[in-house]
Amino acid sequence: MSLRIYAIAYLIFLYAPIVLLPIFAFNDGSIIAFPLQGFTTQWFGELATTAALHEAVGNSLTIAVVSALLATCLGMCAARAGTMAEFPGKRGITGFIMLPLVLPEIIVAVSLLVVVVRVMGLSLGNWTIILAHTLICTPFCIAILNGAFQNLDRSMEEAAMDLGQSRWGAFRLVTLPLVAPGIVSSLLISFTISLDEFIIAFFLSGNSPTMPVYIWGLLRFPDKLPVVMALGTILVALSILLLTLAEIMRRRGLARAGLKDTGGFL
Amino acid sequence: MTDLITLQGVNKYYGDYHALRQIDLKIRQGEFFSLLGPSGCGKTTLLRTIAGFEETSSGSLHIDGRDMRGVSANHRPTNMVFQSYAIFPHLSVGENVAFGLRKDPRGKAEKARAVERALEMVGLGGYGGRRAHALSGGQRQRVALARALILEPKVLLLDEPLSALDKKMREQMQVELMRLQRQVGITFILVTHDQEEALVMSDRIAVMFEGEIGQLDDPETLYRRPNSKRVASFIGLMNFLRGRVTEVGAQIEVEVAGLGRCAVPAEQAPAGAAPGDMSIGIRPETLAILFEGETTDRRVVRGMVDEVVYYGDMTYYDVRIEGVEKPLTISMKNLIGRPVLDVGTATRVAWDERSLVLLAG
Repeated sequence: MSLRIYAIAYLIFLYAPIVLLPIFAFNDGSIIAFPLQGFTTQWFGELATTAALHEAVGNSLTIAVVSALLATCLGMCAARAGTMAEFPGKRGITGFIMLPLVLPEIIVAVSLLVVVVRVMGLSLGNWTIILAHTLICTPFCIAILNGAFQNLDRSMEEAAMDLGQSRWGAFRLVTLPLVAPGIVSSLLISFTISLDEFIIAFFLSGNSPTMPVYIWGLLRFPDKLPVVMALGTILVALSILLLTLAEIMRRRGLARAGLKDTGGFL
Repeated sequence: MTDLITLQGVNKYYGDYHALRQIDLKIRQGEFFSLLGPSGCGKTTLLRTIAGFEETSSGSLHIDGRDMRGVSANHRPTNMVFQSYAIFPHLSVGENVAFGLRKDPRGKAEKARAVERALEMVGLGGYGGRRAHALSGGQRQRVALARALILEPKVLLLDEPLSALDKKMREQMQVELMRLQRQVGITFILVTHDQEEALVMSDRIAVMFEGEIGQLDDPETLYRRPNSKRVASFIGLMNFLRGRVTEVGAQIEVEVAGLGRCAVPAEQAPAGAAPGDMSIGIRPETLAILFEGETTDRRVVRGMVDEVVYYGDMTYYDVRIEGVEKPLTISMKNLIGRPVLDVGTATRVAWDERSLVLLAG
């Protein structure tokens, strides 16, 4: 009984703030307080007409797509090497590339800022954020793709080569289709991580902010708060959608290969 | 028969581990050849070396007269049936079988006919449209066979292909594999740890221990005249007795502990046997218990039943004989009117010097 109460309290603590987002996003009043004033979609309408927001969203989407692609490519190389090949120092190397997973983002942000601006003398822009986001997303991609590659029977690629394919042909025709769900899942998760990442983007963005940085800027104007709520609602919905999609892809991949679930992110 | 595969002085190291030791081997055109041995003996490494998945550390490998150095698996005239079958789960049965034909210049319709022919050959005609992961173990095995044979390789390599099947299925597939091999007429190389499987299916068997070939012979010679104690104990059941060779001539005079003096035919001993201590092997089925009233012109020794294991068609007795270290295992057919003896029964055992094998060590 006490365990049940604990579980319920835990869930409320975890999700109540998020539930407040859509409630106030549709509330017809610029002050965030109960009682609610009535239903409106005006805040969503305002989102549609704010040019600065559109630019920020554009930046974020570009950064998220590019870093997801880069991180997934890197993750694929690492996962394949880590699960299918044997080489000296494998454990150490694998541990080392997973390190950014626990590295505080602020450290990544500050060090990259120093390297880019002071050491290399370059100016900031979307590409600096892309670099940093690729760095923090890659360990997640490796974790997801490790699962996909570990489930793969090693003799699959050998069988393809035995049947006349080159190394690359075997990878393309057999390995790639079998890990495709893992790849999609990895793309979606790294996209999501990049999309709502704030600290690094705040440090490394140039003149044109990303969406989370833009939202943070809005907070200085209290009457803009409901607009932020509306934007937040859209983001939450989008995140849930993407993560669900990623998990569905992962499970489908397991089912397709006729394997049992060995645990994923959800 | 001509030699199809020739290995000369092949060594394989994994770091410090010596997986294959100086292997010299000739495998003939069209034979069913088995590599038999306990796990870790190097038999799978040897198979994978022939397939092109492992490089030799030294030595040479020729297939059909061609040096295989630097020839990768996809360019060798070999195809393999993997232990896990490695059926591609994202493809249908037909697509799996057709996988090797991707670089084949033939037209679509012709390839489809080839696939159907291959499937019919393994008894899966009409299965082309099925999803691969919905197949049973035995069916997967057949798909793997069809997929390998469609390329008409000179050699088919089979890596423990029957180990994942249950006993009934395994026996059925043994017969089918033998039929298939006769039908296509190509060389089959089977890797197995199951001595019975190897004896049933093979024309010749190489027994491997610790990266070396211990004995290479046809099944009957291997069973009747193992050349060492480890081969003798790995293949079938064997009683080991202590003995001493006293004289070597046209026949070999031996003093066998507990059984007495006898003369063993020379071919039952290793070449160059000299007077001195040797191990003597006797198969359980070459010994016989004499039941009440039975007589024999063979030699007889007295003993006492120590253990009885009843198998239905056979009974295995362990009989303690004075002067013999361990009780001798004797297998007897349960013929009509023949009783199953109790433990502790005094009995007579008939034996024959022609069934003794002299073993070094």
